[in-house]
Amino acid sequence: MDETAELADFRAETRAWLEANCPEEMRQPVRSDSDICWGGRRFVFSSPAQKLWLERMAERGWTVPEWPREYGGGGLSKAEARILGQEMRRIRARPPLSSFGIWMLGPALLKYGNEAQKREHLPKIARGEIRWCQGYSEPGAGSDLASLRTSAVLEGDHYIVNGQKIWTSYADRADWIFCLVRTDPEAPKHLGISFLLFDMESPGVSTAPIRLISGSSPFCQTFFDNVRVPKENLVGAPGRGWEIAKYLLTHEREMIGGMDSGAAEGRDGIAQVAKRALGVGEDGTLPDSMLRTDIIRQEIDSWAFALTMERVKDEAKAGQGTGALSSMLKYYGTELNKRRMELMMSLEGTESLLWEGKDREGDLARAWLRSRANSIEGGTSEIQLNIIAKNVLGLPAA
Amino acid sequence: MSLALTDDERMIRDSAEGFFAEHAPVAELRRLRDAKDPVGFDRALWVKMAEMGFAGVAIPEAFGGAGLGMVAAGLIQEAIGRNLSLSPFLSTAILSATILARGGSEEQKAALLPRMAAAELVVALAADEAPRHAPAHVATRAEASGNGFRLTGTKPFVLDGHVADRLIVAARTSGDDRDPAGITLFLVDPKAEGVTVERRSMVDSRNAARVTLHAVQVDGADVIGAVGEGYALLEAALDAGRACLAAEMLGVADRAFAMTLDYLKTREQFGRPIGSFQALQHRAAHLFCEIELAKSVTLKALRALDEGDARAPVFASLAKAKVGEVARLATNEGVQMHGGIGMTDDADIGFYMKRARAAAETFGDSAFHGDRIARIMRY
Repeated sequence: MDETAELADFRAETRAWLEANCPEEMRQPVRSDSDICWGGRRFVFSSPAQKLWLERMAERGWTVPEWPREYGGGGLSKAEARILGQEMRRIRARPPLSSFGIWMLGPALLKYGNEAQKREHLPKIARGEIRWCQGYSEPGAGSDLASLRTSAVLEGDHYIVNGQKIWTSYADRADWIFCLVRTDPEAPKHLGISFLLFDMESPGVSTAPIRLISGSSPFCQTFFDNVRVPKENLVGAPGRGWEIAKYLLTHEREMIGGMDSGAAEGRDGIAQVAKRALGVGEDGTLPDSMLRTDIIRQEIDSWAFALTMERVKDEAKAGQGTGALSSMLKYYGTELNKRRMELMMSLEGTESLLWEGKDREGDLARAWLRSRANSIEGGTSEIQLNIIAKNVLGLPAA
Repeated sequence: MSLALTDDERMIRDSAEGFFAEHAPVAELRRLRDAKDPVGFDRALWVKMAEMGFAGVAIPEAFGGAGLGMVAAGLIQEAIGRNLSLSPFLSTAILSATILARGGSEEQKAALLPRMAAAELVVALAADEAPRHAPAHVATRAEASGNGFRLTGTKPFVLDGHVADRLIVAARTSGDDRDPAGITLFLVDPKAEGVTVERRSMVDSRNAARVTLHAVQVDGADVIGAVGEGYALLEAALDAGRACLAAEMLGVADRAFAMTLDYLKTREQFGRPIGSFQALQHRAAHLFCEIELAKSVTLKALRALDEGDARAPVFASLAKAKVGEVARLATNEGVQMHGGIGMTDDADIGFYMKRARAAAETFGDSAFHGDRIARIMRY
């Protein structure tokens, strides 16, 4: 498609700037977690290039290209941001910054935050100065999130927060938390919830990592014992936090659902992995016919799903948004990813079982175990199906 | 190109949906079936489809068609699927039109395409010989004879064969029975000596004739394309047909699902609508997701054909495989969720299940197309 002259100029300038400013080391594929820049007060850069790349991109607002300039963003139009993305992929540039602040809190603050909150928090997210975590689930509030009990009681100019969160991703490394708290215990459960921001260094906050079946501990238990939070840190109106929480969950679901990128672009499809692992017989097909059938079915669904992501994006661009599809993408994408991991394990056979070894780590087994959480976190598959039945299909309440 | 429909395409979709809902709804299928109509469809409807530009949708404007291409053809066939409308659209406007427009001589095109676009001719494709689709499996022989050929063989599944004015026959001029090379396409007059056409009515109330050829003499001028090179032409037509069948099955699935949702909301048991039960809600929600995937693969296949994308055969197979499964799931779930009513002839849902099965079997089921995708991708 033809680009307008302005967009063509923007592309040329962007390309030249990236060529001049993206360090060579930042054009290598991400191999481990330390290659990802999460930012934050305590973040230790894995190389000077990682720090330099973040600083250069943040200076232009390109860590968050579409956010307004006054909040540390790039102020780019959708078309310009798309070009920036394309040009970054062209040189295989790593994202300069990854964070829950960018993916989740930022969009919610832009929509629901007041001016002071936006000016205080958004630029620090954009520059990677503050790392955020999400305080949603509680031991007694999983799928039934709205039954959460962490309380925030107003005393003078402060809310006093007491309670416990669970599955708080990277709470032990985060600087601030965006947290769902109950400010009105008398109100119906969805209407007594508020959306509160506070510093994890506040007295009374403590965390304890949870060891998972994969052996890693990305999630924590987070405890609040009489934590004092200035009342101006409440986003939106008191008791209206559930609306913000749902808006933010939509972003989270799209992010999790997008993990199965399938065979369409970029990542090798499962069929290519199978060919490397098993080879092909004289007739050019995979030797194990039952496994081949499973792989074909996986490829068909994975490809169909990737095309659906593409169609949903194209329809949104054309203003034909069918809406309410984030639950579908989350449900289908995570179930596909789990199936994919099961197949990957089968392809490697007993080698897939390796946990610790001399020549390699048990990455596959760990990834397989990690994938089981996909259909639990951010709303289980069953909850997504409930949402589709109610909100999309209009089926009567149970 | 974008996987969102353009404004023009949305207009075609809406006008096709309005047209078939008005002129050829399910009640019309029921009427033609009950009357054991000798034609099997309403010829007046086919003429109206020509007036709407539907019959010539894939025929170039130079030959009297609308030249709109496969996305438009697919949108028309999706509306056909929603309403279970009967017509020779697939046989004539898609399969035969594709073969003639791509491979026909100027004389053949001038003689046939304008009359096909005007609904004056039904042209049927006589290709498949085995019950399970295998397009290279052609045992019908074409022996050189005089200035032409002499054809002998049997074609058991010729869509609209019993009312065809012309047949396009795949016959072997060289090679063994399963060899893609050596297949030649011929125009055959079904009234010619040696041709027997036996009407066979199928489970979906459509017709697929058994055509027997016994030493049928055809002229050299009746060869379509080059001798021995008919397979590529046949595959191009089949891919167009497969993508359009996927579109039809999408329409079948979507309407069957809508009918089922209505039933879930209105049928009461245990003092409440059965759609309030989670066991049914989750199955319905899963089906919704599957139909969304079916929409995407269908449009991708149609677009790829219009763009001449080299991967069009893969996308056609992807669509045929995926939507075939989805349409069968949607209609089987539909019958199950309608309960006993779903088993009655009075309820429409059964017609949708029958058509989904027939369309899924036609020109390759999911197993055939899954295997084809894997072979093209070299695994």
